[in-house]
Amino acid sequence: MKRRTVLSTVAVVAALGLSACGGGGSDPLASDAPSGGSSGASSGSIVVGGADFSESTLLAEVYAGALRAKGIDATTKTNIGAREIYLRALEDNSVQVFPEYTGALAVFYDKSYSGTDATEVYDKAKSVIPKTLTVLDKSAAEDVDSLAVTKKTAESKNLKTIEDLKAVSGDMTLAAQPEFKQRPQGVVGLEKVYGVTFGTFRPLTGQAVLQALVNGQADVANVFSTDPGIAANDLVVLEDTKKVFGSQNIVPLVRADKADQVKDALNAVSAKLTTDAVTQMLKQTDIDKKDPKAVAEEFLKANGLG
Amino acid sequence: MDWLADNWRTVLDLSLSHLYLAGVPLVVGLVLSLPLGWAAKRWRGSYPAVVTTTGLLYTIPSLALFVIMPLVLGTKILDPVNVVVAMTIYTVALLARTVADGLLSVPDHVEQAATAMGYRGLRRLFGVELPLAVPVIAAGLRVAAVSNVSIVSIASVVGVSQLGNLLVDGYRRIIWGELLTGIVATMVLALLLDLVIQTLARTLTPWRRAAGARS
Amino acid sequence: MASSGGSALVIGSLFSWLLDPAHWSGPDGILTRLLEHLWYSVLAMVIALAIALPLGLWIGHTGRMRWLVTATNAARAVPTLGLLFAFALWLGPALRGNLAFLLPSTVVLVLLAVPPLLAGTYAGVEAVDPAARDAARGVGMTGWQVLRQVELPCALPLVMSGVRTASLQVVATATIAALIGLGGLGRLLVDGIAFGDYPQAAAGALLVAVLAVLLEGLLALLQRRLVSPGLARTRRPVGGSRNDDDAAAVEANARLPVGQGGIPGGSS
Repeated sequence: MKRRTVLSTVAVVAALGLSACGGGGSDPLASDAPSGGSSGASSGSIVVGGADFSESTLLAEVYAGALRAKGIDATTKTNIGAREIYLRALEDNSVQVFPEYTGALAVFYDKSYSGTDATEVYDKAKSVIPKTLTVLDKSAAEDVDSLAVTKKTAESKNLKTIEDLKAVSGDMTLAAQPEFKQRPQGVVGLEKVYGVTFGTFRPLTGQAVLQALVNGQADVANVFSTDPGIAANDLVVLEDTKKVFGSQNIVPLVRADKADQVKDALNAVSAKLTTDAVTQMLKQTDIDKKDPKAVAEEFLKANGLG
Repeated sequence: MDWLADNWRTVLDLSLSHLYLAGVPLVVGLVLSLPLGWAAKRWRGSYPAVVTTTGLLYTIPSLALFVIMPLVLGTKILDPVNVVVAMTIYTVALLARTVADGLLSVPDHVEQAATAMGYRGLRRLFGVELPLAVPVIAAGLRVAAVSNVSIVSIASVVGVSQLGNLLVDGYRRIIWGELLTGIVATMVLALLLDLVIQTLARTLTPWRRAAGARS
Repeated sequence: MASSGGSALVIGSLFSWLLDPAHWSGPDGILTRLLEHLWYSVLAMVIALAIALPLGLWIGHTGRMRWLVTATNAARAVPTLGLLFAFALWLGPALRGNLAFLLPSTVVLVLLAVPPLLAGTYAGVEAVDPAARDAARGVGMTGWQVLRQVELPCALPLVMSGVRTASLQVVATATIAALIGLGGLGRLLVDGIAFGDYPQAAAGALLVAVLAVLLEGLLALLQRRLVSPGLARTRRPVGGSRNDDDAAAVEANARLPVGQGGIPGGSS
C-alpha cells in the first residue's frame, strides 16, 4: 500500500506545520523584526515604532539611527496603524520608543483639552499619558495641521486666513484624514472657533489628501505643515489666526522603564530637529522617493549624531 | 524597475513573511477542516449547519478580525499570531465545506467495496475516502491559498509586515514601482502556492494519471 | 488584558453602540452608510453581470475562447487592495468630484465579480445534457432559441450559484471603498479604527456580515423561484460521483461560499 506511506508523510508534514505555528515566529518572521513575543523586552535592545505616515517612518529611522550611534541595539517597526493601535503596542512592550506630537498626545488622553501654547501643551501631554510611558525633551520641530487651498482658489475666493473661509465653505469639499472629523483640533474646532463648516467631508489618508486638492476633487485640504507637497504644488496655507490647531512639537514618547537608556541619544536629536530639517527630509523621501533610512542617516551625520 | 533593483532584499523578506502568514493557516486550516468535513458527511443532518456556520465566518471583514484578535486571544497587538489565527479561521471557513463535498463525492459502490475488503473506520477514511476526495479538496485548497495570499495584505494596516506594506507605502508616497512590485509579488506568491498544491494533488493521486485523465 | 473579559466587553459595547438611535440617522448614520454600501455593490454587480453573462453564455454555447475562463480565474490572484490603490492613483487625476473615487472602487469590485459569474455561466451551459441540446435542434430550434429556451434555463442553477458567490464577495469587499475616501459600511470600520472607537469598528464589521448573509438568503430564495422545478428535482445530489478535474475545479469554485481570492469577507 504505497498510498498509505504517502498519506502518513502528509500527516507528518501537517504536524510540522502545526508545531511551527505553535512555536511562534519561526525563521521568516524572526528576520522581520522583534515584532511580538518577548524579544522586544530582552535586555538592551530597543524597537522604535512608526505610525502609518511618511514623517513617522522617517522620525523612527532618525531615532533608531541615533540610538545605534550610541551603541544601543535599535531596530524599527514602522507602519503600525493609527494612534489607538500603536499606543497599545507601546503599552504591551512590543515597541519601546515612538515619535509623537505634543498636542495630539494631550488631546488623545484628554479629549476636551484645547490649550495652544507650546510649553503648556508639552506639560499637559507629560501629565496625561499613562504612568508606564513618558515623553523626553520636545524638539523645536513642529508639524501642525493646516488648511491649504490651491493658489487659484485662494485668489478667486480671496482667501488668506481660515476666517475668510466662513462665507464660502458651505459649498466646498474638505479632504482630510478620517480622524480629523472628530477632533477638537479639526472639524469640530473649526466650527466652534471660526464658525466654518464644509459642504462635504472627504476622508483620505497619506498623499491622497493633497492629491485630492491638486486634482480638484477637494477645495480645501488638511495638510501637515511639514509636507513638502505644499511648496511643490504652490499651495496656499490659510493662516490659523485663532490657533485652533494648537502646538504639535515632535517629541519622543518612550516607555518609562527604558527612559534612562535612551534619554541622552534622543534628547540630542530633539535639540537638533527643526521644522525646516523635517521638511527637507520629507522632500527627499516623498518627492525624490529616497529611502527613509538613508535620509535619516544623512541627517544624523550632518548634525554630528550619527 | 529601478525600485525593485534597489529593494529586492526587502521584497524577499516581506515575501517570506507573507508566505508564512498565508501558508501556515492553510496547513492548520486543512487539518482542522478534516474532522469537520468528515462529521458533516457522517451525520448528514449536520451538513447544512457546518456549511452555514463556516460560511458565516467568511463574511467577517478581515481588518476587523485582525484588530479584535488580541482581545480574544490575549496576545500582543503586533503579534503575527493574531494574523495567523484569523487566517486559519478563513481557511476553515472555506475548507470545511470542500472536505465534506469531497468526501461525499466518493461513490457509494467504492465505499461498499472498500468495506467488503475489510477497510473500516479511520482506515477506510484515510486509506480510501480521503485519497479519492483529493481532487475536490485540492480544488478548494487552491481557492483558499489564493484567497489567503490576498487577504494577508490587509495585515499591514495593523502593523504586521508582509507584501501589503509595499501596497500601502506605494500608495501613500505614490511610488509606482513599489506598488506594482507589491501587486506582482503577491500574484507570483499566490500562483506559486497554487502550483505546489496542484503538484501535491497530482502526486497523491497517481491512479488518475494512470487512467489517462486530463489535468 | 484578560481575554474573556476583553471580548465580553467588546461585545457589550458593540451592542450598546448599535442600539443608540443617534448612530442610525444623519449623513454619517448607519442607514446612509447602508444605502451607500448597497449602491456600490449593486452598481458593480450590474456591470459585472452585463459583461460576464453574455460572455459566459457565448463561450459555453460556442465552446470558443475557453481560455478566457481560466485566465479570469488566474486574475483572482491579483491582490484587491493593490488593485484599488493602483486604480485610485491612475484614474484619480483624470476625474472630477465623486467619480474620482467611485470609478476606481467600482472597477475593482467588477473585476472581483466577473470570475465567479463567468465560471458559473460557462460551466452551467457546458454542463447542459447534450441530448437535450440535440433534441432542441431536432425540433428545429435556431442556435439563438437553443440558447434562450434550453441552455439558459438548464444552466440557471450554476449561474445563480455564481451570482451568489459574486454578490457575497462584492458586498464584503465594498468595505474597502472607505480606504479611498468613499462611504459605505466600511466607513464605520475605518473611522472606528482611526478614532480609536472600537465599538463602532466592530459594529461596522457586524453590519457588513449581516448584510452579506441577508443577501445570500434573498438570492437563495430567488434561485428557488427561478430554477425550473423539473430541473431542481433531477439535479445531481451534492457532489455527485463525477471526478473530472476541470469540472471539479470549476464546480468547487462556483459553489464555495465567498472566497474566490479577492479580499472576501476580508476586505478591510
